[in-house]
Amino acid sequence: MHFSRRDRIIFNNVNFDIQRGKITAIMGPSGTGKTTLLKLIGGQLLPDEGTITVDEEIIHRLSRKQLYRARRKMGMLFQTGGLFTNLSVFENVAFPIREHTALNESMIRDLVLMKLEAVGLRGARDLMPSQLSGGMARRVALARGIALDPLLMMYDEPFTGQDPISMGVLVKLIKWLNDALGMTSIIVSHDVTETASIADYIYVIANGQVIGQGSPQDLQQSDSPHVKQFMQGLPDGPVPFHYPCVDFEEDLFTEQKHD
Amino acid sequence: MIERIVNLGRVGIRICENVGRSGWMLLNSIARKPDFKHGFSATVEQVFNEGILSLIIIIVSGLFIGMVVGLQGYNTLEKFGTTQALGQLLALSITRELGPVVTALLFAGRAGSALTAEIGLMKATEQLSSMEMMAVDPLHRVIAPRFWAGVISMPVLATIFSAVAIYGGFLVGVKWLGVDSGAFWSGMQSNVDFRIDVVNGIIKSIVFGVVVTWIAVYQGYDSVPTSEGISRATTRSVVYSSLAVLGLDFLLTAMMLGGW
Repeated sequence: MHFSRRDRIIFNNVNFDIQRGKITAIMGPSGTGKTTLLKLIGGQLLPDEGTITVDEEIIHRLSRKQLYRARRKMGMLFQTGGLFTNLSVFENVAFPIREHTALNESMIRDLVLMKLEAVGLRGARDLMPSQLSGGMARRVALARGIALDPLLMMYDEPFTGQDPISMGVLVKLIKWLNDALGMTSIIVSHDVTETASIADYIYVIANGQVIGQGSPQDLQQSDSPHVKQFMQGLPDGPVPFHYPCVDFEEDLFTEQKHD
Repeated sequence: MIERIVNLGRVGIRICENVGRSGWMLLNSIARKPDFKHGFSATVEQVFNEGILSLIIIIVSGLFIGMVVGLQGYNTLEKFGTTQALGQLLALSITRELGPVVTALLFAGRAGSALTAEIGLMKATEQLSSMEMMAVDPLHRVIAPRFWAGVISMPVLATIFSAVAIYGGFLVGVKWLGVDSGAFWSGMQSNVDFRIDVVNGIIKSIVFGVVVTWIAVYQGYDSVPTSEGISRATTRSVVYSSLAVLGLDFLLTAMMLGGW
């Protein structure tokens, strides 16, 4: 698949194979197009070349109606949660159920309580999103994401900005939900430790290319300087510490001349 | 010189792009099978937000504008000894012009800016994207109810504004300055034509409602999802709406006076 924005190439002939029932992580430095990839899978963006297939359907060739039908099989946890601020926790989780089913109120209530119980927030059903902590908001968004039991669940930076307790809860929940509901999960993240602890397979992307792939163990032992720098969090390497500029000495000298 | 022409061309292309995009957005929002299950309650909720919550500013402004027009009108008419025509002057100026135009300007400032900021924030906090990923079209679920609510609210608000403004003029003219109450009301009744004056005023307010709400929802939907982007979009929403209302008022008045 190839995707670019104006003159900037985001993905240059990359190929991802997401295994059904597994947790696949897409990792890489900030600004490499990880969130863009999820938007491409969800049909919110269209690739320039190549195909994106989800459950044997080529997403970007579907009509609007077919795309919306395909999206009912997908769930997505956004980086900010994306909760509707004018709806309570209960109503947020009930939203997709009300939109896409003709279930009666009693069944909707049971389903919502089951989803909230799964993320440990049944007691918070009457709270508004503004009353939730960051971790709780993501868990509510997760409950909403799984409300229609999707085949594919996508997580956009689920661990960013979380305290260690919330992070631990989210890591456990993602793994547990994937196994219990038989979903396929894609996690986009740059939190190496947490993601590697639950992922079955990892793709590392940088500069529009897949620079490494394999199981977490394979990648930890990789000899590739790119992969090594990312997995071990080294400050300098193929991705330089310094933003490109002229030589430091020359820069200082030029500055003196200005004075 | 060439650079100026190029810049002018760029501005022209940008305007065309924006008009096209906003038209496409509106068409996709409203030109579809109505969804009474979700659409009706959402529209009623928005009529409350856009219409009912704008009532205070509309009523207070209407009262004071009516009082000012009453006072100014009385002082002018007094010079010609025709203060009994105050009712007629008030009713015609308010139902034809001030009612629809001032209501639209206030509506753009109160409800239009709130709409733009709300939709912009929904975009910035990924609420619109998450709705799309839940296979719910935000154009249908968010934009359409807000648009229809604006179109419904504007003529009602303009009618309330006109009624309150006439009452404000009555308070100043009749109760304070002593214009004869009978002359005030009968002059108004005999010189105001329902079809030409009142209905045309309502038509204007419907057109303004469409334009102001359209601009407001489009600016929010098209805003750059950052705090600065939303702030700029809100400003643009009020400025463009106000200019559009004043420009359209001239066009509509010319059409109506031209025998349309």
